[in-house]
Amino acid sequence: MNFLISGQHINPIYLAVTGFLIGIFGGFFGVGGSFLAGPALYAVGVPMNFVVGTDLAHIVGKSIVAAKKHRTLGNVDIKLGMVMVLGTIMGVETGAQGIEYFKRQANVNLVVGSVLTIVLVSISAFIFWEVWRTSEMQSRRKKKRKKEDESAFDHVPKAVWRIKLPPMIELPVSDIKKLSLWVIMFVSFIGGIFSGFLGGGAGYIRMPMLVYILGVPTHVAVGTDLFEVVISAGYGTVSHALKGNVDIMIALVMHTGAAIGAQIGALLTERFSGPRIRLAFAPLPLLGAALLVYNLFTRGELK
Amino acid sequence: MKQQTKFTIGPLLVELVIYALLVTLYFFLVLYFLGGWIKQLFDQHKTVYAFVSLALIVGQGFLLEILTAVLMKRVRWR
Repeated sequence: MNFLISGQHINPIYLAVTGFLIGIFGGFFGVGGSFLAGPALYAVGVPMNFVVGTDLAHIVGKSIVAAKKHRTLGNVDIKLGMVMVLGTIMGVETGAQGIEYFKRQANVNLVVGSVLTIVLVSISAFIFWEVWRTSEMQSRRKKKRKKEDESAFDHVPKAVWRIKLPPMIELPVSDIKKLSLWVIMFVSFIGGIFSGFLGGGAGYIRMPMLVYILGVPTHVAVGTDLFEVVISAGYGTVSHALKGNVDIMIALVMHTGAAIGAQIGALLTERFSGPRIRLAFAPLPLLGAALLVYNLFTRGELK
Repeated sequence: MKQQTKFTIGPLLVELVIYALLVTLYFFLVLYFLGGWIKQLFDQHKTVYAFVSLALIVGQGFLLEILTAVLMKRVRWR
C-alpha cells in the first residue's frame, strides 16, 4: 500500500500486526511502546523524522483506548493525572529545548546516550532487585495474609508523603491521604523531560516513579501513566505534524491493530499482582537501553 | 478506592470483534473520502493538518470505543 505523505510503500498487515503487539505491551505496562514501534517503522524504510512523529500519533490513539479500558477497571487516578499534566508539558518542552541545545555541542550524542543508557539499565536492575526483595519478604511471612500490592521499598513513598510543602492534595483512588503538589510536579516534570528528550511517552520512567516515589498502587500507576502518555504524545504529535513529520495514514493503520492489543493488554493486568507486573516490566528499560546503544553505533558515535 | 470490575470472555470477544471491525472500517472510510484532502493539507496547510491528524487518531480511539459500547448494550439488550 502506498502512503502518499511519507512516500513509502508498506504492507498494511505488517503495520497492523506491529501495532497489535505494541498495543498489548502498552495496555499491560502503561507505556507508549515507542522503543518497539520506532525500530519497526525504521526497518521498513520510513525516514527517521517520520518514524518519530508517526509513532507519537499512533501512541496517542492506542493510549486513549488503553487508558479508557483501565478507567473502567478503576485503574486511573484522574485527579493525579490532571495535576501531572502541567509538569509533563513543561518537562516535554524542556526536554525538546534541551535536545536542541545539546545538538549544537560536540560529542553530545555519545555523552547523553551513555548517561541515559546507564539510567535505563539502573531502572531495570532496581526493579528486578526490588521485586526479588518483595518476594523474599512475602515468603518469610507466608502464613500471614499477603497484601495484594506491596513493595520492599514502601518506606520511600512513606517518607515522600511526610514532605509538608503546601499545597497538599488527597488522592483517594491511589489511597494517598496527603501529598505535596510539588512532589507530583517534580515526578511528572522528570517524565516529561525524558519524553521530550528521547521521544515517545516515557512510561518506562514515569510508571516506576509513580510506584516507588509517590506510592501509587501498580495497577493505578499503569492506568494513570497511560493518561499522561496521551497528554505528552498528543502534544508531541501536534508539534511534529507542524514540522511535517507525521504520516497520519500510517498511524491509523498501526492503530487498527494497536487499539485491539491495548484492550487485551489492559484486561490482562487484572490477572496479575502488582509485583508480577513490575517483574515483567523490568526488562523494558533494558530494551530502551539496547536501542540507544544501537543508535549510538549506527550513527557512528562509538566507532 | 479502586473499583472492582470483572469481565467474562464471551462479551469481551464480541466487543473486541465489533471494535476491530469499526476501526478497520474507519480507516478505509478516511482513506477513501479524506485521503486526497489530507495529502493536500499536508502539502499546503501544516497547521490544519496537525490538528486534523490529532482529531483523526483521537476519533479512531475514543469515538469508536463509545460506539462499540453503545452497540454492546444493544447486543446485550437483545
